[in-house]
Amino acid sequence: MRSEMRSPLSPPQVDAASFGRALFDPQSATPDGLTGPDGQTAPKRFNVYRNNVIVSLSEALGETFPAVKTLLGDDYFKALARAFVTAHPPASPVLIWYGAEFADFLSAFPPLQSYPYLGDVARLEWAWLQAYHAADEAALDPARLGDIDPQRLGDVRFTPHPAVHVVTSRWPVWTIARANRFEPDEVGAADLSEPQSVLITRPDMDVNVFLLRAGGAGFTLDLLQGHTLADAAGRAQEEDESFSLSDCLSDCLAAGAFSGLLLDE
Amino acid sequence: MKHKAMSAAFVAGAVATAVAGLSSTVPANAQAKEKCYGVSLKGQNDCKAGPGTTCAGTSTIDYQGNAWTLVPKGTCTTMDVPGGRHGSLTELKRDLPEA
Repeated sequence: MRSEMRSPLSPPQVDAASFGRALFDPQSATPDGLTGPDGQTAPKRFNVYRNNVIVSLSEALGETFPAVKTLLGDDYFKALARAFVTAHPPASPVLIWYGAEFADFLSAFPPLQSYPYLGDVARLEWAWLQAYHAADEAALDPARLGDIDPQRLGDVRFTPHPAVHVVTSRWPVWTIARANRFEPDEVGAADLSEPQSVLITRPDMDVNVFLLRAGGAGFTLDLLQGHTLADAAGRAQEEDESFSLSDCLSDCLAAGAFSGLLLDE
Repeated sequence: MKHKAMSAAFVAGAVATAVAGLSSTVPANAQAKEKCYGVSLKGQNDCKAGPGTTCAGTSTIDYQGNAWTLVPKGTCTTMDVPGGRHGSLTELKRDLPEA
């Protein structure tokens, strides 16, 4: 036993708040009270720990946003992630929830202003992860619409499925995300003048990402917000004459965007 | 919301078209998957759930009993692996790496 040479392991005499601040500020000194076995402040040990924290959070971002990482390249992403991590320490101990602000951070990051689609690609990837971890629930069986009095179908409202997300964009996010993550070998060049919006669902075990057709994004969002079928369809038609109610409703039902339906008495 | 009136007959027709189109594409739904234990070759198990949870490709034994892979629904338990072993919808005690 060498216990007489080392002080018994007692809790460090340092408060959590200043320890946390020092972790995310590489310039800050080792917090007072953080000592090694010799009783002296331990800057090397603290730096190892600090580096591990930043690196593991950066790697977590890379796993949550693989398309963004591919688009930027490993070196750029690593430097960008470090900048994000020091500016946005985790607010929760749950790693799968880390990175909620990353899309906005990308959109506002001055050096990336010539790549304005990056933020929306990140939004798509964040929604994918939320869909993956959403509660399991059966999707609405489309046949249930057949049980409703046809005169009253316009009054139907839908309950959103727990995993459903819509990501709207002025950029071809679906093509970019497929080319850099989901189907890298099957997608050609993206046409940057083509706005794309996607519907993300997970009715079963796999997350699905669908391209929404003309008018589909506003229509789907209206339905998810609880507007009636007739209201959502009427508004979509006003905004886009090529809107097809049967096609867009069919997309939502086939994708599993809803878990139930309601009809006011 | 107030906008151009959409007649009940039009909505009913569109819904009928949408639902009819779906029932004819039922095979698409048949692509449902299930987790199947004990059938993946070492290093080829599934599991990609984002950071902190990644265990894809970590199995160290062929047909490892506690590693799973996604297979088409309904096919797992009928899946044969060498030596008379089968897939399972729950974790198996067989073919585990030494602790």
